[in-house]
Amino acid sequence: MASVSVRSVSKLFGSFRALDDVSIEFDDGGFYGLLGPSGSGKTTLLRLIAGFEYPDAGAITIGGESVERRPAEKRDVGMMFQSYALFPNMNVFANVAFGLTVRGVPSGEIRTRVGEALELVKLAGLEKRRTHELSGGQRQRVALARAIVIRPRVLLLDEPLSALDKALRTGMQIELKRIQREIGITTIFVTHDQEEALTLSDRIGVLRDGRLIQEGAPRDIYERPRTAFAATFLGDANLFEGTVEGDAIRLDDGPPVRTDDPLPAGGTRVTIAVRPERMTVSAGSPAAGGARNEIGARVDEAIFAGNSLTYMLTHGARSVRVFAQNTGAEPVAAGAPVRVSWNPADTIVVDA
Amino acid sequence: MATASRIYLGLVLVFLYAPIAVMAVMSFNDSQFYALPIKWSLRWYADLAGNQRLIDAGMNSILVAVITTVIAGVLGTAAAIAFFRYTFRGKRLLQGLLFPPIAIPWLITGTAMLLFFFWTGIGRGLHAMVLGHVALALPYVIIVVGARLQAFDPDLEAAARSLGANPWQVVRYVTLPFLAPGVIAAALFAFAVSFDQFVISYFLAVPGVSTLPVEIYTSIRKGFTPEINAISTIVIVASMTLLVGVSRFYRFGGDR
Repeated sequence: MASVSVRSVSKLFGSFRALDDVSIEFDDGGFYGLLGPSGSGKTTLLRLIAGFEYPDAGAITIGGESVERRPAEKRDVGMMFQSYALFPNMNVFANVAFGLTVRGVPSGEIRTRVGEALELVKLAGLEKRRTHELSGGQRQRVALARAIVIRPRVLLLDEPLSALDKALRTGMQIELKRIQREIGITTIFVTHDQEEALTLSDRIGVLRDGRLIQEGAPRDIYERPRTAFAATFLGDANLFEGTVEGDAIRLDDGPPVRTDDPLPAGGTRVTIAVRPERMTVSAGSPAAGGARNEIGARVDEAIFAGNSLTYMLTHGARSVRVFAQNTGAEPVAAGAPVRVSWNPADTIVVDA
Repeated sequence: MATASRIYLGLVLVFLYAPIAVMAVMSFNDSQFYALPIKWSLRWYADLAGNQRLIDAGMNSILVAVITTVIAGVLGTAAAIAFFRYTFRGKRLLQGLLFPPIAIPWLITGTAMLLFFFWTGIGRGLHAMVLGHVALALPYVIIVVGARLQAFDPDLEAAARSLGANPWQVVRYVTLPFLAPGVIAAALFAFAVSFDQFVISYFLAVPGVSTLPVEIYTSIRKGFTPEINAISTIVIVASMTLLVGVSRFYRFGGDR
C-alpha cells in the first residue's frame, strides 16, 4: 500500500497534449475516481502511473519513490483493463497465478494465494475454467483477482464497469468497494460515468482536455463545482450569465439573484450554476424582494418519471430544467407561466 | 444450376489433378513406356532406393528447407512483432518493400542473387541456397505472422508487464502462445517455399551438390526414367500433407 503523487506531469503524443501540467495527490488507502470525457487524458494519467508510458515532464512517486522512468514490471502496480486482457491461452488459475509465477513464487504458496484471491472475488471453484467460458462479470472478477494477488502497492482500474450491463454494474460497484475496503489498497479508477464516480470514490479528479479541472470529495465537487464544465459533467446544472451589481448578480435576461459565494467587483461578468433539484416550480408570477431567488419561466413540458418530475422550462431565450419530487400534487400544466425559485446558497458562481 | 456448377467444379479438379494422378499411377506401372493395361509394380521405387544422386539431392532439399524454416521463422516472427509493436520512421516504406520480392520473377531474383553472391564472395552451394531461400521465405513469414498479430490485444502485453513479467517473459508466455498457430503456418509456408524452389536453387547449385528439383530437372534432360515419377509422387504426398497442415492451423488461428 502506498500513496501516489503526480506533480506537474505533461505528456505529448506527437503534437497532441494528452496531459498538461497535472498535479494530484492520491493518499494511502483511498479510492479515487478520475472522471472526464474521452480525450480528457484520464486514461493517459492511469497509464503513466502504471508505467506503460513515461511523462515528458513532471514527477510521479509511489510510496515516496520516484518512478516516472521505471518500467511497468518494476512498479508493483496492479491494473485491471477495460477489456480485462485475460490471457486466452491460460485457464482461470493460470491467469490469476501469472504475476506470482513470473516472480518465481513457490508453487505451494501460489496455490494458497490464488485460492485466497478467488475467494475474495467469489470465484472459488472455477480455477479450471477457460476464460472464454466465463460470463462478463466473471471475467472481470478474474481480472481483479489477477491484479490483487500480487499484493500491489496501488490498484488501477480502467473503466472497470463499462463493459457490464446495468444490473450487473450496480452489484459490482458494491463489490468493488467491499474488496477495496477489505484489502485497504490505494485504488485509482478511470470512468466517464459520473454516477459511478460519485458512488465509488472517496475523492474525484475531474479532467478535461488534459488538465485537472477540480479535485475533491464527491460532495464538495457536486456542491461547489469550480467551472461550468465540472458543474454540467458531474451532475446536471442550469447555467446563467449575468453581471455583478452590488451584492447580487443581475441575470442577462432576468432579475438580480443572490448568492452566498464571494462576488467579484461590480460590473464583472459572471456565470452561475444552479442544480435542477434545488429549484422549485410554482404557479404564478415571480415576486421581487423575497428571501429566495425567483425568476419567471414558461412550462414547455412536465415529464413524469414515477418518483420524480422533470420540468422543461423556458426562461427568456434559455431552457431550464427542474427536478421535482412527486408529492402527489398535480404537475403544473404545459404552457403555464410559473415562478422558479431557489435559495441564495444554491447559486454557485463558476468559471465559464 | 446446382448440377451445372458441380460439373464445372468437377472439370476444374480434373484439369488440376489429371496430370498428377497419371504420374502417380504410372510410378506404380512396371512398363517404362506408360504401356496399358497397368502391371502393378514397385520396381521404380526400388530403383529409386538405389539412386544415390536423387537420395542425396532429397536430403539436401530437406536440410536446406529445415534451416531456411528455422532462420526465416525466427527472423520473420521477430520482425512481425517489431512492426506490430513499434512505430518508427520509415516503417510504412519498410512494410511496403516486403511485397515486391514476391512479385519479382524468380528468374530475375535468381540471376541477381547469383551475381551478388559472386561479387560479395559468398559464392554458390548449399549455404548460398539457404541465404536465397531465407530471403524468399521471409516476406511470407512476416505477412502470415503479421496477419495473426492483427487480432492481438496489446493490453495483453501491458497486463503481463504490470504483473511483473520482464520483456522476455511477456513474449514467452503471452505473445508467442497467442501467435503459435500463425508461426506454425508461416513455418510450413517457409518450408514449402524452400523445398519447392527450383529456379534459385538451380542458379546457386554447384555441380554435384544439388537439391531435389534441380536433380530431377537434370536427370530428365539426360533421359526420362519412371524413377522420377516415383520421387515426384513421394514429394507430392509430402507436400499435400504439409498443405493440409497449413490449412488446419489457419482455421485454428481464425477460430479464436
